[in-house]
Amino acid sequence: MATLGAPARAHAAPQALSDSAAWRTIASTLGVATFIGVWVAVTSLGLVPPTFLPSPTAVLARIVDLTHEPYSGSLLQAHLLASLRKFGLSYLLAVVIGVPLGLLMGRFRFVDWLVSPVFEGLRFIPPIAWVPFSILWFGTGFLAPTLVIFAGAFSPCVLNAYRGAKLIDRQLIEAAQTLGARGWTMLGQVMLPAALPHIVAGLRVSAGFGWQSLIGAELIVGSTGLGYMIVQGESNLAPAVVIAGMATIGVVGALIDYTMRALEDWIRRDWGR
Amino acid sequence: MAGSPRSPGRGAPRARVQRSAVAAGLVVALLAAWYLTTGPLELVNSLQFPSPDDAYEALRQLTSPGYAGATLARHIADSLALVGLGFVAATLTGIPLGILMGSSRLAEAYINPVFQLIRPIAPIAWIPLTILWFGLGTAAKVFVVWLAAFSPAAINAFTGVRNVDPVLIAAARVHGASARQVLSQVVIPASLPTIFTGLRVSLQACWMVLVAAELVGSFAGLGHIMIIATRDLNSGMIFVAMACVALLGVALSVALAWVERWAVPWRR
Repeated sequence: MATLGAPARAHAAPQALSDSAAWRTIASTLGVATFIGVWVAVTSLGLVPPTFLPSPTAVLARIVDLTHEPYSGSLLQAHLLASLRKFGLSYLLAVVIGVPLGLLMGRFRFVDWLVSPVFEGLRFIPPIAWVPFSILWFGTGFLAPTLVIFAGAFSPCVLNAYRGAKLIDRQLIEAAQTLGARGWTMLGQVMLPAALPHIVAGLRVSAGFGWQSLIGAELIVGSTGLGYMIVQGESNLAPAVVIAGMATIGVVGALIDYTMRALEDWIRRDWGR
Repeated sequence: MAGSPRSPGRGAPRARVQRSAVAAGLVVALLAAWYLTTGPLELVNSLQFPSPDDAYEALRQLTSPGYAGATLARHIADSLALVGLGFVAATLTGIPLGILMGSSRLAEAYINPVFQLIRPIAPIAWIPLTILWFGLGTAAKVFVVWLAAFSPAAINAFTGVRNVDPVLIAAARVHGASARQVLSQVVIPASLPTIFTGLRVSLQACWMVLVAAELVGSFAGLGHIMIIATRDLNSGMIFVAMACVALLGVALSVALAWVERWAVPWRR
């Protein structure tokens, strides 16, 4: 997806005033100030009741409270850790199965023909729609969101590894074959490194989908995690808890994205030299 | 996964026939395995996965007397109406905002940071707050669908406008076009392909978020069927609802592709 940060082609002549860096910094600061100012104003002037929208300071105070007073069974950091553990387990599973599968599909036409129809059929089911079967198969415990996260993270892994494998220079594969590379050697030591930039791009997309799917699953099933915490906040009519949880989800999501982007840049720059 | 970058080379038609044969064989094999493991062999409990009979039975029940408070047609109509409302609202608000940000750097500097502040929060995570704000009814669903679609719509409109060839704009100006004419006759048409790319992403996000919101709490819709069926341990009903979600997701994409062909006829 395109990002806002992408440097767009500048218009030919820089417009004198509105284009200068100082004005843009001022405008940016004003934008954030407006956002926070409106939030503070509507809450402190009593335009909305605190049961609808608490003030920013109330939310901050709540975040501090949540780190040393358990809410719905755990501290904020424990909920966060629970979410991260579920995410890590399923994401790893999706990568470990998805990437080799994608490479194999790119390498062997028969595997491609065999897997593609199933894959294409299942791809149209939104990950979150796996929640009911996930409950029937794994119960409501720690494993319940696994299938949902897997469903979210799996297809970008497969698709990007497949694309990466398809774009490998034929001569590279043939050279490796001539030198006697077979099976796992071919997959792990020739195709994986050659397709790595594509694979890592897929890993980033799939981490984002996986994280979002996890939160969705936790809203519906489970008894730990950030998603569970915000649903509990909702049923206790505590919007401060809900917003505190959302902020945590946003920060973690942004950190995951940032880490994966850094990994992607590092591999683009330093790989294959 | 058609359209491989590898050269079609020799024997392409034969490969296509082989490919279809493999696909057809696979589908038959999977259907047979489904029938055998859930039916005669009794390997899979119908509480875990429905047999074809269970699924058919569920579909019949869903269409004629109905399930979870309404018939299948009503549930589908409900879900589609909510997605439609939220998506149209996001299109009507997100695209103008994106165009504004694309054409004025000052507006971009003002709006963008707030956008970046809110965007990392997954739309799904807004569901509890919207329930708190608007309850379980139409307003909450439309709001969260709008939220999911808004940022891809705005971002792609922004990117589209920013990437319009400056030469086109200069040429229009030279020929005496007013600012409004430049916008409506040059900038918007030139950025339509990118805008539609954003809308495609938006629509898929909308559909997923709506199903999620219906699973969390609702009175009707496909997600509502699923959650009631899970409570009743009715795997056949879950299966039918999931199939409907997948098929309607495809149908929505196809419908949008039609709109795109009508709105951007010069694209291909």
